[in-house]
Amino acid sequence: MAGSNPNAKPMNLTLKVWRQKNRVSEGGIVDYKVKDISPDMSFLEMLDVLNEDLLRQGQEPVAFDHDCREGICGSCNLFINGRAHGPEQGTTTCQLHMRKFSDGDTITIEPWRAAAFPINKDLSVDRSAFDRIIQAGGYVSINTGGTPDANEIPIPKDIADRAFEAATCIGCGACVAACKNASAMLFVSAKVSQLALLPQGHVERKTRVENMVAQMDLEGFGACTNIGSCAAECPVGISLENIAILNQEFLSAKATSNNLA
Amino acid sequence: MSWISKTLTSSIGRKIVMATTGLFLCSFLVVHLLINLQLLRHDGGASFNFWAEFMGTNPVIRFMEIVLMLGFAVHIYQGLALAYHNKKARGAQGYVVNHSEQNSQWSSRNMALLGTLLLIFLIIHLMNFWVRSRFDAFGGLAMVKVPNMDHPVGDLYSVAAASFKIPWYVALYAVAQIALGYHLWHGFRSGFQTLGLKHPKYTPAVYYTGYAFSVVISVLFALVPIVMFFDDQYQPRPATGQTVEQSLTEEPAVLR
Repeated sequence: MAGSNPNAKPMNLTLKVWRQKNRVSEGGIVDYKVKDISPDMSFLEMLDVLNEDLLRQGQEPVAFDHDCREGICGSCNLFINGRAHGPEQGTTTCQLHMRKFSDGDTITIEPWRAAAFPINKDLSVDRSAFDRIIQAGGYVSINTGGTPDANEIPIPKDIADRAFEAATCIGCGACVAACKNASAMLFVSAKVSQLALLPQGHVERKTRVENMVAQMDLEGFGACTNIGSCAAECPVGISLENIAILNQEFLSAKATSNNLA
Repeated sequence: MSWISKTLTSSIGRKIVMATTGLFLCSFLVVHLLINLQLLRHDGGASFNFWAEFMGTNPVIRFMEIVLMLGFAVHIYQGLALAYHNKKARGAQGYVVNHSEQNSQWSSRNMALLGTLLLIFLIIHLMNFWVRSRFDAFGGLAMVKVPNMDHPVGDLYSVAAASFKIPWYVALYAVAQIALGYHLWHGFRSGFQTLGLKHPKYTPAVYYTGYAFSVVISVLFALVPIVMFFDDQYQPRPATGQTVEQSLTEEPAVLR
């Protein structure tokens, strides 16, 4: 394999995996052994090996969420050894490689846990609550028509950079998973501050923050107590500053919006 | 005015309530501490009793006392309600393995626990000092003359001096100040974050001020009972020389 380490020895691991039949059934930890895992594999490839073993044995494979496997889609969501996306800073589960573990390790793999994120099956979690928060206001309205010219709306570089930083949120839900309160405040704050910083987002600026926060509360996420676990576990490094911006945006919207209800 | 109630009951509104009441209570701690430090003057409690009388009679202070009580009540109620709400949001099934110590501070994750400890302390503390100084039925105070006052004032100093000769009581106060220190360690900077005051220019200063504030406040608060316990100079006046245990069980000897 190109780029692989010829000295890397295959590993044998014990996996403690959360298995749960469906939304309503009770789940539990089941132990599995996986053998000859290459240190060059990603964590998800290691789970693929486990699932192939299970299929060969005629057992139900472990359900887990994944899509791009490039660290940009935000689908993979595993709580590995007590940490969202595992022990590595700034990575998604798919970008976590088995060389971060040692031969003989026991690895506990759990789904995100939050009342607003019901478990579909095993490690697969329903994060449609995030979609509904976005639908409540995480967009900008534009006129359709011809493609606008680049740089038609001048935006200072530092503002564009800050907005882009917030826009890197991939909506994986690690913030909710890591938060003691299962609060979605870092996710919502990234979306709100990204759009509040840019002129295109100013039209719906006040209604956006009001509606998104209302939807966030409706979905049953907890309230933020500024613990900071979310930013520490965020694979793309969304900072707590966004939550401060969200608080400002929310207060000023509540004080000045035309929404009297 | 439903938009106001909607604002205050939203998750962000509730934390803004926690932040404003919390920072207000911080300001109260400073005043309380400054008066407590008067206990350590070697003047038989004259300065402390003078300021205790001032705090108990000045109309502005009396008004602020009501504001303070409201601040406490709202902070406590909201804190407990949020802790319950957040526990529910976490879901029934918790993580089997969770290494949250690797991504956050202990004090930040245990504000509700620390707050509950402080609430228990607060009740005991109010019973011994505030209730008894305000209501004669619950103990009352002996009257003493102090300089710069033309009338005798309540001898709250003797209550403190007697209380702080009891080992378990001094220990209780010291432990409570540890809880206070950790509560402030997270609470001070958290309040600023909640109010949207976070910026690379001043946030480091807010953090260090908060850490220094929590250490200085809790250490000095704890120092007063500890010094009064070990130093024989601080003695209650014989007339009200009851211990706290006696004052809770026996009829108080109030001199008028």
